[in-house]
Amino acid sequence: MNSREITTQISKAADFLNLKKWDYGASFSNDYSVQVDKGDAKQLKASQKQILTIRVWNQSNLVGITTTSDISESGIKKALKQANIASDFGNKNESTEFSPLAKDPINVKEVKKRNPVGIKKLLTLLREAEVKLIESHESIKSVPYNGLSESFFERVYANSEGAFRSYSKSQAALYLYARAEEKNKKPRSSGSVKLGYGADDIDIESCIKEASNKTISHLKYSSIKTDKYLICFSPDSFLTIINAFSSMFNARSIIDGVSLSNKNSIGEKLSTEALNIYDDGLHEKNISSTPFDGEGTPTRRLCLINRGRIENFIHSESTARIFKTTPTGHAGLGSKVSVSPDWIVVEKSKENFDLKTSLVHSSYEGEFVYIEELNAIHAGVRASQGSFSLPFDGWLYKNGKKISIESATVAGDIKYLLKNIVNIEPSQEITTSGISPHIWVDELSITGDA
Amino acid sequence: MLSSQIKSNEIVFGNCNKNLLEEIIFYGIGLGADFVEIFIENTDNSSVLAEEDFITSVSPSFGRGAGIRIFKGKKDGFVSTNDLTKHGLMRSVSQAIEMLDITDNKREVFNGLNKHRDYSLSKKKWINEVPSIHEISEKLLVSTKSLKKNNKIITRKGSYSRNLQEIIIASSDGTYVSDIRLHQTVGLNVIASDAQYRSSGSRRFGSSGMPNEFRLWDHEKAANDVFESSMNMLYADYVDAGQMPVVLANKFGGVIFHEACGHLLETTQIERGTTPFENKLNEKIAHESVTAIDEGISEGSFGSLSVDDEGMEPEKSVLIKDGILKKFISDRAGELRTGHKRTGSGRRQNYSFAAASRMRNTYIAKGEHSKEDLINSISEGLYCKSMGGGSVGATGQFNFAVEEGYLIKNGNLTSPVKGATLIGEAKEVMPKISMCGNDLELAPGFCGSISGSVNVTVGQPHIKVDSITVGGR
Repeated sequence: MNSREITTQISKAADFLNLKKWDYGASFSNDYSVQVDKGDAKQLKASQKQILTIRVWNQSNLVGITTTSDISESGIKKALKQANIASDFGNKNESTEFSPLAKDPINVKEVKKRNPVGIKKLLTLLREAEVKLIESHESIKSVPYNGLSESFFERVYANSEGAFRSYSKSQAALYLYARAEEKNKKPRSSGSVKLGYGADDIDIESCIKEASNKTISHLKYSSIKTDKYLICFSPDSFLTIINAFSSMFNARSIIDGVSLSNKNSIGEKLSTEALNIYDDGLHEKNISSTPFDGEGTPTRRLCLINRGRIENFIHSESTARIFKTTPTGHAGLGSKVSVSPDWIVVEKSKENFDLKTSLVHSSYEGEFVYIEELNAIHAGVRASQGSFSLPFDGWLYKNGKKISIESATVAGDIKYLLKNIVNIEPSQEITTSGISPHIWVDELSITGDA
Repeated sequence: MLSSQIKSNEIVFGNCNKNLLEEIIFYGIGLGADFVEIFIENTDNSSVLAEEDFITSVSPSFGRGAGIRIFKGKKDGFVSTNDLTKHGLMRSVSQAIEMLDITDNKREVFNGLNKHRDYSLSKKKWINEVPSIHEISEKLLVSTKSLKKNNKIITRKGSYSRNLQEIIIASSDGTYVSDIRLHQTVGLNVIASDAQYRSSGSRRFGSSGMPNEFRLWDHEKAANDVFESSMNMLYADYVDAGQMPVVLANKFGGVIFHEACGHLLETTQIERGTTPFENKLNEKIAHESVTAIDEGISEGSFGSLSVDDEGMEPEKSVLIKDGILKKFISDRAGELRTGHKRTGSGRRQNYSFAAASRMRNTYIAKGEHSKEDLINSISEGLYCKSMGGGSVGATGQFNFAVEEGYLIKNGNLTSPVKGATLIGEAKEVMPKISMCGNDLELAPGFCGSISGSVNVTVGQPHIKVDSITVGGR
């Protein structure tokens, strides 16, 4: 069944069950991936997936939902029946409606869809990449974590009031994590991830080079003394922190009492006036962009922090209604609709007179810790309390020398971190999760075992 | 009509699918596969969320799909699909064969499927015995109400999830198995707040194969435990970072062994060359006080199975005996690629993942000491009463968040501390587990890894680690 036929099928089945109001979200995907092990194919994988989520409103306007992978005529009927039963337990305290923007035009500049290159070519490309990476340095002995994949998918949203949106695209991903070993030293590992609309769009050479350079740069390592340090966050690590604490901008989290912000936090000063943060799911560099959210609301650029102050929250239909604003295109589709950011863009504003602009990671000669990548986010972040304690990969810069840090964690409080930003470097870098410049923060605690 | 006589062009749960499955396996072997495995599942899940004094989410879901794995030599091709027709399954076999680029003329022999091992017979009634959504909602609301013990508790949540999975496994070594699995889990969470102070508390409970378990769950005891934990931590200071001895509590304290050592004993890690224990079989890798076990047979435990996702009955594997490494956790691919015998540990989240060697119920065996013995032996250190999540890096470094911690001074528990993280490497920490308590208990959890998220149990008695890096402020 294609998406139009599914809509017709749901409409017929809903009529039969006397369900006047419904909507659904569906996704269909074909994914292909390969992994290699020292030149040999290890696992080759293909999957065909379909997921349908149906919501229905009963006569008391309570919502029920069901999700299924069975998109047959009988599967759709069963899903509608189950959703109808679930609607008896719908949330009486917080109603859900269709997004008022579900029929607004969506911004699809260009369909980013490539033709599949096929498993054999994926395998050839990955084998070559593995060989090149191993040959790039004598200490790199293996690439234990590697993969090249391409996905082709379609997303659909439709409702009983005639909204219908469909979007299809392709995406490819390459990851290479190398392991380096030297005599009498601990093994070191690092890597790189690259995305593209298709396998042919991925810059494989730069992925190899990045994985190699990062891994080699950790070969000379040392433990670090537990203390407070001046920190330079890489674009990737700063985006990781912002995403981990995005509940500060999330209206759903605010209503649920698990955010550091509250309804009155708009305008609250969090950081230097030099800091602007946007959520920009449609950014041209966002390979994973989709033009509408789970409720059919168009995706759009939204300012979250303007000159250091909270400017907007991200919303679903119901949170927007509670906050007396409009949905922002950040909703999922669920029994309880989740809200999450798409693609964070961090910028330096024009108001930057309070920055220490001499702090530039490539030239600063004083002592600082460079955090390249933060790990174990699920374990070390307490978003509702604002605290974090995270292991990281990085270097200590001291006396003009750079040495990899063996094993350490950085700990602190997100509000303290934002308030203590002392420089935002001028140039931004594109990562897989957003765009950010290097960000400098003063006086964060590092625990090492020296 | 006998079920075996039903001829179907589609997999139908409850019917005999032997002829159809044999036809598909013959097809794969005929095309040159060394080995063909078909995993088919049908799921019926539901989850309920209570927040404060209201049910805010009821989410049923159901689905079905198949995962087909073809081996040729040591490489494998895996295809998953929602299409359970004969045509769909054969197309998936063809796709896997094509991916592997099989061109040789060598043909394996397939002698048909063995007698059906049906573990599901006594379990078909489970779907009618599990609590209804109405019953679940009622109990969750009572539970969240029980959390409302003072005005410092600002959010209260109770969540329930039930997964019923019906599976069929057939493979070219003759394996033909059916089973039904039931997992239920319930959790309570609170956030407490007073002025600038904030804390949280959470506990999760889970079982497998016990439809009545949720009804028997002592929600009052659980609510008291969560409330007390959040109150104890509300005004806690941040812990000072440094190297110190720690005592890890029993139950979920076992997550440290699971993450730090257990993963490194999975054959997938040998395949990748990422475990320091690869060549250490029968060598000492831990303190002699440590015996560690992984098994899938404890009745009702969250990681227990009648049969693994490759059709093998799970065994009790003694991984470490008195500090000596005795065994790795292995699946079919692990046995093929590393030579370590299968242990009934081939597991996957669902049909869309190929099975991999994964832990089940994993724990450190009990020792002879009391909890007090361990604490009394420390002049300055940390007691980790409740652990949060953790992870292990590509080169074996691990870290765990401590949810509820207390300083130990002169052999006694003193003030609560927050923000602690335990950091180390298994190879270095395992020899430092010098004392094991006599109070082994297990706790349920979810483990995410190469073959998705699977239900596991972690566990241990109270243990003492002589020295470990504690991250803090």
